[in-house]
Amino acid sequence: MTLKILNPGLSTSIQDLGRPGYFHLGIPMGGAMDRFALRAANLLVGNPEDAACLEAVFMGPHIEFQSAATVAVTGADLPIKVDDEPREPWTSFEVNAGQVLSFGFLASGARAYIAVSGGITTPEALGSRSTYPIGALGGVNGRPIQTSDELPTGGSSGPGAGRSVPRELRRMPGNPAELRVLPGLYWHRLTEESGAGFFDDEWKVAPEADRMGYRFKGGKPLKFVEREQPFGAGADPSNIVDGCYSYGSIQVPGGTEPIVLHRDAVSGGGYFTLGAIISADMDLIGQLQPHTAVRFVRVDMQEALAARSHRRNMLQRIREELH
Amino acid sequence: MSQVLSPLPGTFYKKPSPDAAPYKSKGDQVAVGDTIGLVEVMKTFIEVKSDASGTFREYLADDSCPVMAGQPIAGLE
Repeated sequence: MTLKILNPGLSTSIQDLGRPGYFHLGIPMGGAMDRFALRAANLLVGNPEDAACLEAVFMGPHIEFQSAATVAVTGADLPIKVDDEPREPWTSFEVNAGQVLSFGFLASGARAYIAVSGGITTPEALGSRSTYPIGALGGVNGRPIQTSDELPTGGSSGPGAGRSVPRELRRMPGNPAELRVLPGLYWHRLTEESGAGFFDDEWKVAPEADRMGYRFKGGKPLKFVEREQPFGAGADPSNIVDGCYSYGSIQVPGGTEPIVLHRDAVSGGGYFTLGAIISADMDLIGQLQPHTAVRFVRVDMQEALAARSHRRNMLQRIREELH
Repeated sequence: MSQVLSPLPGTFYKKPSPDAAPYKSKGDQVAVGDTIGLVEVMKTFIEVKSDASGTFREYLADDSCPVMAGQPIAGLE
C-alpha cells in the first residue's frame, strides 16, 4: 500500500519518536515536535505508539490513498477533508482506495499529525524514520515529502472509524501559552531584577521559529552580572566557554531573544542557557504559531516532575480509552 | 468580487524585496496563479498566489505585519 503525495503542504515531514542516543555526536534526537499528539494519532489507528506519521506544519498535504486504511489526525486544528467531505479531528476515520485526504486553513495550533494504519514504512536511519533534513537522515532520501512521492505503509486496514480521544485529553497550549521553566546552571549570570523580568514579560513567538529552535521576541533585554569573561569564552556577556546544550534549554544570544532548543537542535555551543522548558511542556511549543503570546513560568524540580507525571497519566488514560 | 487568502500564518509582505514595487497595484489584471505577496515563516518566504482572476482592487493586510492562515490579504473585482 502506498500514499501518493499530490501536494506536500509547506514542510510536511515523516516523523516518529526520534533517534535518541547520538546527541553526543551532534545528531539530534529528532522526531515529532508534539510527541503526545503523535502517540495519540497512532493509538487511534491501532499502530504501535512509535510508528512513523506525517507531521504537517501550518498547511496540510493532499494525499491519494491507493488502498483502504484507517486514518487519524491529531494536534493542530487543520480542518480535515476526504474527497471534500469533512472529518473529525482526534477521531479515526476510513479512507478508501482512490480517495484524497486534504486540509483546509489552519484554525489553531501549528502541527497536525496524520497517522495511517500500518504506519509509514520508509527505511530507518540510525533506528528512526524521522526526517532530519540538515543531516539528510530519515524521511524520503533525507528530506521532507514532495509532490509525486509514493510513501510505503504497513498496509493494514486498521481498527476502522469512530475511535476518539475524549476532549479533555486533547492537550493543546492556552492563549497566552504558559511554558514552565526550570532555572539552570547559568542562572547566576543574570542580575536578580533581569531574571525576574524574564518571567514577568510577555513574549511572542518569532516567525523564524522552527524544528531546531523556537525563538521569542518582545521582552526586555537581559542584564548580566558583570564579570571578566573566562579564557575561551567570547566577549559578549551571553557567551560561555563552549558547553553542552540540552533538549529544551533556553539560550539568549546577546541577551535579547530567547531560543528554546527543540527536536532538531544543535548539541553544544558558546551561549549561556538560563534554564530549560520542562519536558511536559515541550509538546506545547510544537503547537505555537508565529506571533502567539507566551509567558514563561518559573517552577522547581518537584513541580516539573509532577507535571511530567500528570502528562504520563493523560497518555495512560488515552491508552485505556482506546484499548 | 473575490479575496486572496493567506494559506498560512506568518509575516506578510506586499513586495518581493524592500526596494521593489508591490506585486500588484489598483487596476492591474490578475490571472489565476499570479503572485500577490509573500508570507515569511520558519526562515522561508512563501509566495501567495491568486486562485481567482480579476482586477486588483486593494491589499487587505499591511506590509510587514502578522497574518493568520485564511486571512484575506487582497481584494479583486
